Amino acid sequence: MQEMQKNKHINNIKEKSMHVVFLIAACMSVVSVVLICVFLFANGLPAIGKIGVFDFLLGQTWKPSNDIYGILPMILGSIYVTAGAIIIGVPLGVLCAVYLARFCPKPIYKILKPGIELMAGIPSVVYGFFGMVVIVPLVRNLFGGSGSSMLTASILLGIMILPTIIGISESALRAVPDSYYEGALALGACHERSVFFTVLPAAKSGIMAGIVLGIGRAIGETMAVIMVAGSQPRMPDGLLKGVRTLTSNIVIEMGYAADLHREALIATAVVLFVFILLINCLFSIIKRRSKQ
Amino acid sequence: MTINPAQNQAIMTKRIIRKIKSYKRSPLSLILFVLVNLSAIISGGVLLFLIGYILVKGIPNLSLDIFAWEYTSENVSLMPALINTILMTLLSLLIAVPVGVSAAIYLVEYAKRGNKLVKIIGVTAETLSGIPSIVYGLFGMLFFVTALGWGYSFLAGAFTLAIMILPLIMRTTEEALRSVPDSYREGSFGLGAGRLRTIFKIILPPAAPGILAGIILAVGRIVGESAALIYTAGTVAAIPDGLFSSGRTLAVHMYSLSREGLYVGEAYATAVVLLVLVVGINLLSTKIAKKISENGQQK
Repeated sequence: MQEMQKNKHINNIKEKSMHVVFLIAACMSVVSVVLICVFLFANGLPAIGKIGVFDFLLGQTWKPSNDIYGILPMILGSIYVTAGAIIIGVPLGVLCAVYLARFCPKPIYKILKPGIELMAGIPSVVYGFFGMVVIVPLVRNLFGGSGSSMLTASILLGIMILPTIIGISESALRAVPDSYYEGALALGACHERSVFFTVLPAAKSGIMAGIVLGIGRAIGETMAVIMVAGSQPRMPDGLLKGVRTLTSNIVIEMGYAADLHREALIATAVVLFVFILLINCLFSIIKRRSKQ
Repeated sequence: MTINPAQNQAIMTKRIIRKIKSYKRSPLSLILFVLVNLSAIISGGVLLFLIGYILVKGIPNLSLDIFAWEYTSENVSLMPALINTILMTLLSLLIAVPVGVSAAIYLVEYAKRGNKLVKIIGVTAETLSGIPSIVYGLFGMLFFVTALGWGYSFLAGAFTLAIMILPLIMRTTEEALRSVPDSYREGSFGLGAGRLRTIFKIILPPAAPGILAGIILAVGRIVGESAALIYTAGTVAAIPDGLFSSGRTLAVHMYSLSREGLYVGEAYATAVVLLVLVVGINLLSTKIAKKISENGQQK
């Protein structure tokens, strides 16, 4: 009898302690986010203070050797390259999603769908390398210039965000009730019209969420952009000129940076981080709205 | 109701003729149809071209020398990087899987619905999965390398990657646990089993394939990651002596080779190895996922 009670007691302790262990594990993601914020901001914000908020964010020159740190060229670079990627990737991705959801014969779907999923798994260095040996020479031969340019980076990023946009858009399209499509057909619309004028508008917010996620991917992409964008730290001036993004600025110079230069690079990451947080917020707002 | 081939053919041609007639009436539909097909062809074509190009150019460069044990400046062997990749994957999983799975267990089995903590955990996990890898790399450098004083080390790289894949493992495990029917839990509780025993003996076994599929996806991310590792695990091209020495993985190796621009052939070969690894990992993951859904349908 006593032994049984003892066993029960031990079991109780076990249950309670494991409960706590699981709880602690669950809190690890919160701890990580807090740590990331604290360390980035603590190391980056003082530099922004020293350089001056406006000089830092709106300064047009980045010359670490002269202690001039203006990251406007990189901010614009990131925005331009991302915009280019959206212009190339979104129409292609959304149309491809429409194909997968409404036009695709089953045998082709069985090959194309895993293929698109595979695209998401290809490492960014491999994309970058592909861009370096294929797209850069292609742009050089077609349009002149060195080939490492804003255009090249936009094309490559446009390809890289395809799987994100296709995946989310396709599931948004599939979530639209069949009655929409059937209703349009019954009113005499043909297949294409029904899909594009009833199903597609109904899936609008889901597709928007996919696009926002794609923007996040494009802004955060690092290695592939470094390898194809030329990365000159000056104001972007033209599609065929080299451009440096926020991410590439960090990777290229972190290896040898010291003191204020190093802090300025961390501050660059802070700016990038804030961008990403804003995009994430936008994403969750759109997602919540689409659920309603 | 059997349709012979000739009849089938007739029906098909009739359909096609009707389709063409309707396109004549509204050219917009035709344009849309062409655009949709074109974009699907382009998307698939880009993927095929990428893989084909790298395989065709890279396979001739796969020589035995490139798999030599030692990395020297004459023979930029990828063997140390390959072994590092495997070690790094194991180490990161060793850190992230127990934490991620336990966290998911808490969220699914312990937490009450509408709990505030659960909401916060969900938001932070989503935030984590949106952070770009370079920010992880920088954080790893500031925290593990500098603040904790580990230096450019394997351990710093593994912890950074572990945080990076944590949300992925949490989410897939959560889904796998939620797909286990409640009747399992009720049955187990009804027979007098405690919560722990129910979780480990009843709920985890049927959820295991789903968890495994998530882990394999995470392996794919680790193998392909480079931006988060350059400033945490460093770029030394050798197998590390211990947890606190630096070592580059395949993706970092590939980046260094293509940046230097001297070893294009070797870079192609490395790209082939990376691509084969990633494709294999992805196939494995989809295969497991398919098996799960088939099992689900049988029940």
